Amino acid sequence: MNLTVNGVSRAVQSAPLTSLLDVLREELGVTSPKAGCEQGGCGACTVLVGGEPQRACLTPVGAIDGAEVTTVEGLGPPEELSPVQQAFTHHYAAQCGFCTAGMLLAAEAYIERGGTDDREAIQEALSGHVCRCTGYVKIIDAVAAAARGDSFDLTTTAPGAGMTNLGGVS
Amino acid sequence: MTQATEVLLPASPDEAVAQFGDGAGVTVVGGGTIVVPELTYGRLEPAKAMLLTNAGLDTLAREGDTITLGAGLPVQRLTELAEDVQALAECALNVADYEIRCQGTVGGNVCAKPGQDAPRGDLQGPFLALDATARSAGADGEQTEPFEEFLAHREGRLLLDLRFERPAASAFSALTYPHTHTYTAIAVSGVRSASGEKRLAVTGSAGHGVRLRGAEGDADDPGAAALRDVELADDALASAWYRERALPVLVRRTLSMLEEST
Repeated sequence: MNLTVNGVSRAVQSAPLTSLLDVLREELGVTSPKAGCEQGGCGACTVLVGGEPQRACLTPVGAIDGAEVTTVEGLGPPEELSPVQQAFTHHYAAQCGFCTAGMLLAAEAYIERGGTDDREAIQEALSGHVCRCTGYVKIIDAVAAAARGDSFDLTTTAPGAGMTNLGGVS
Repeated sequence: MTQATEVLLPASPDEAVAQFGDGAGVTVVGGGTIVVPELTYGRLEPAKAMLLTNAGLDTLAREGDTITLGAGLPVQRLTELAEDVQALAECALNVADYEIRCQGTVGGNVCAKPGQDAPRGDLQGPFLALDATARSAGADGEQTEPFEEFLAHREGRLLLDLRFERPAASAFSALTYPHTHTYTAIAVSGVRSASGEKRLAVTGSAGHGVRLRGAEGDADDPGAAALRDVELADDALASAWYRERALPVLVRRTLSMLEEST
């Protein structure tokens, strides 16, 4: 089997029923998809398969032989973050970070399919993603900002500058 | 664990039927949302696993008022039928979240065995109310039969498609929780056919969906009649006591929505 992971063709030796999550983390060393519940309930393992968000823990790798897989490592290097990554950074939308990779990819896909800054629509789009720090307000702020096309100068983003809902630090 | 499993990857419906054979020892993997965790946690070690991803069963076809859904159709695509069968689209949207709905299949949902601690098969309700027919393959060859009969002996069968007539009206009522990731504790689907016949079905009440024929025929107290149609169960989501109080309300609500639908 073969997968194109973040633009790089990778041969896969694992058995076809092995979950994509295990293939990425254990065989290919791509560790941003997190092994949370491993039964589809938390969203921490979400990756893009052919551009669509998919739970890596529920995907037998044999079912996607030849597919293009994007993880958060493929969104952009640290010096050239994607708009959603920039919004998450500006709005401090990560605490422990365990859910962040899945949230980012779900948000990328939501905006790609025409999602707006409507908060209810964002909640629905991210409803399969659990943040164990309960940092949902900032996450939704960030996705809304990215959906609006807000731009950020992260070199001047001050600690707490994006904390509009909780009282920012001036 | 997975090394010993023979993996079948049919590339067409005919190949799927041939490889499934009589179904002995074959675990069918539609979208993987139910089966893969069982494999991951070692609760399932099938001799053969058939992945339907490329089997060409993900079809949605209309011919006049007849709608045919391939068993491999992603649950999310049922939302395309909102104007045809509102109950089916609403029920689909009540299943998990967008990503799971894009991955999980209609066939996987309706064929799933009951869970150990929660009911499964939310979509069984609308298909029972629609009086759908199921085309499946297995030991006795290919069969087309009422979905209700298929449900009773679905183990050992490979569901190919579901077919139904576009109803005049449909409605869906569910006992929902604030978050989306539990199975539905109890839900009622209703349909009014083009000829005016009303049909009701409940899911979440027992091992699989049940047609509420008593409630359909009792205009005076359909809620009480529904309680005689089904044996309610206790599980981690809700007690039978709680379901007994919810079911009549959902039946009356569904019938009321059907009355109001044009």
